[in-house]
Amino acid sequence: MKFEERYLNLFVLVGLLLLPIWAQAMDEPFTITLATRAVILALAAVGLNLALGIGGMVSFGHAVFFGIGGYAMGILAYHAQTYTTLSLGLFETGGTNSMPVIWLVAMLLSGAVAFVIGLLSLRTSGVYFIMITLAFGQMFYYFAISWAQYGGEDGLSIYVRNGFPGLNTLVPIEFFGICFVLLCVTLVLFARLQSSPFGLALNAARQSKSRVAAVGLNPTRVKLLAFVLSGAVTGLAGALFADLNRFVSPTMFSWQLSGELIVLIIIGGVGRLMGPVIGACVFVALEHFLGEITDFWHVSLGIILLCIVLFGRGGLIGLITGKEGAHV
Amino acid sequence: MSFLTVRNLTASYGVSQALFGVDLTVAKGEVTALLGRNGMGKSTTVKSICQMIRSKGTITLDGLNLQNLPSYKVSREGVGLVPEGRRCFSDLTVRENLIATARPGEWDLNEVTKLFPRLDERKGQRAGSLSGGEQQMLAIGRALMTNPRLLILDEATEGLAPIIRQEIWAAIRQLKQETSVAILLIDKSLKELSAISERAIILERGRTVWSGKMTSLTHEITEKYIGI
Repeated sequence: MKFEERYLNLFVLVGLLLLPIWAQAMDEPFTITLATRAVILALAAVGLNLALGIGGMVSFGHAVFFGIGGYAMGILAYHAQTYTTLSLGLFETGGTNSMPVIWLVAMLLSGAVAFVIGLLSLRTSGVYFIMITLAFGQMFYYFAISWAQYGGEDGLSIYVRNGFPGLNTLVPIEFFGICFVLLCVTLVLFARLQSSPFGLALNAARQSKSRVAAVGLNPTRVKLLAFVLSGAVTGLAGALFADLNRFVSPTMFSWQLSGELIVLIIIGGVGRLMGPVIGACVFVALEHFLGEITDFWHVSLGIILLCIVLFGRGGLIGLITGKEGAHV
Repeated sequence: MSFLTVRNLTASYGVSQALFGVDLTVAKGEVTALLGRNGMGKSTTVKSICQMIRSKGTITLDGLNLQNLPSYKVSREGVGLVPEGRRCFSDLTVRENLIATARPGEWDLNEVTKLFPRLDERKGQRAGSLSGGEQQMLAIGRALMTNPRLLILDEATEGLAPIIRQEIWAAIRQLKQETSVAILLIDKSLKELSAISERAIILERGRTVWSGKMTSLTHEITEKYIGI
């Protein structure tokens, strides 16, 4: 029996919401943390999916935006907690503990960096695009390692989770709620975006840049805008991830993380709205349950990935619904 | 009055020169046929007009120099292209193919589906799963959705069943009768081109060797340059 994709999407979202509620009732805070981790990784991969799945931009440097979001949170919170001043040339600030402000800064910064990286990377395509984005990722990674002011290689610990008006973010279920709402809002916005003329133009630009240009659309501009939006959403996820762990480190910029985000999308289904969400849930579940059994759980992940690539090109969603996904 | 003017157009693919001096004009509201054997430079001329390949020479549309504009700007200036081989966006549905390219003007989803009722029946279907004829209708519809002032159809009936070809030709005739769009047609069916075109231009080895009214195109000329 094949499921309709929209019912499957609804089922996954409801399941993802019910799991922490159940864990709260059972007094299992760690399960809530796991679900929160899955939601945040899903948000990061949803961001990447816009660039990769819809726009066909295989970015191997999306960890840059994840890391920028993380460090935006870490630096702002660090200065707020240590009552020190962050000097940015003409502008000085004492940092902040406010999550909405941190999210805004994280999205603006990662969007701005995505604009610059996109502007340069989109002059190329294929393997060169992959290599340029990877190179940017490595640049940021090594910069973070040598940034002694904010912990360098050891990273930066934040001792108190940032605040959100009206909520106690230290309560795991409440922090999960914030992350889940942000994921749902992003999914709704991206669903609308995908079916808008912009989303269709982006999809068309993935299929052929020259054909898109022949009908009056500027493919580079369309892709650049998508790349910026994608980077901003991944940056938001980075800020949440840093808040979840209360810790930021250069590994947030690492190419392995960029690769993992791609893996999440492939597992769930490239270009599918809920592909990254399903991929993130599977990834976190494998990481937890198989990780308890063996340190070599990545081997199992590799086998699953191999099977999906070979036998289910639409990812798990494609296998369940019987519909192939986008051709990237 | 000339709407599209091409003068002394030359173009190359690497070291291989394809156009050696093409001259052509298309008048407003007129249908012009671009004729020639295979490999004589018809599609290269079209690609040059649309700035899809680099070329030298003069290309103006209603007095505006198109040379060196990015191809998306050429389209925005009013040049609609139906490329050889259809080339629809196969992952998008029929409706999405049309919406993605829409620009304000008299041609909208309703008008296109009136011209090609088959597209209305298939609007939720992926373009990649359409028949060749339906894809061709979609390619024409997609170009019309950009509300062009000049429509270029490159081998629009190539490889289609006779009944589908008749539908395409009927749609082109309808376009000619009911709109003011100028049309540049490339096709192998001289019979159909003769019936619909006011003027013809013949290319031979990348050069314009004949141009004039379709009525003055004699059998000797077509035999000499087209082999028909």
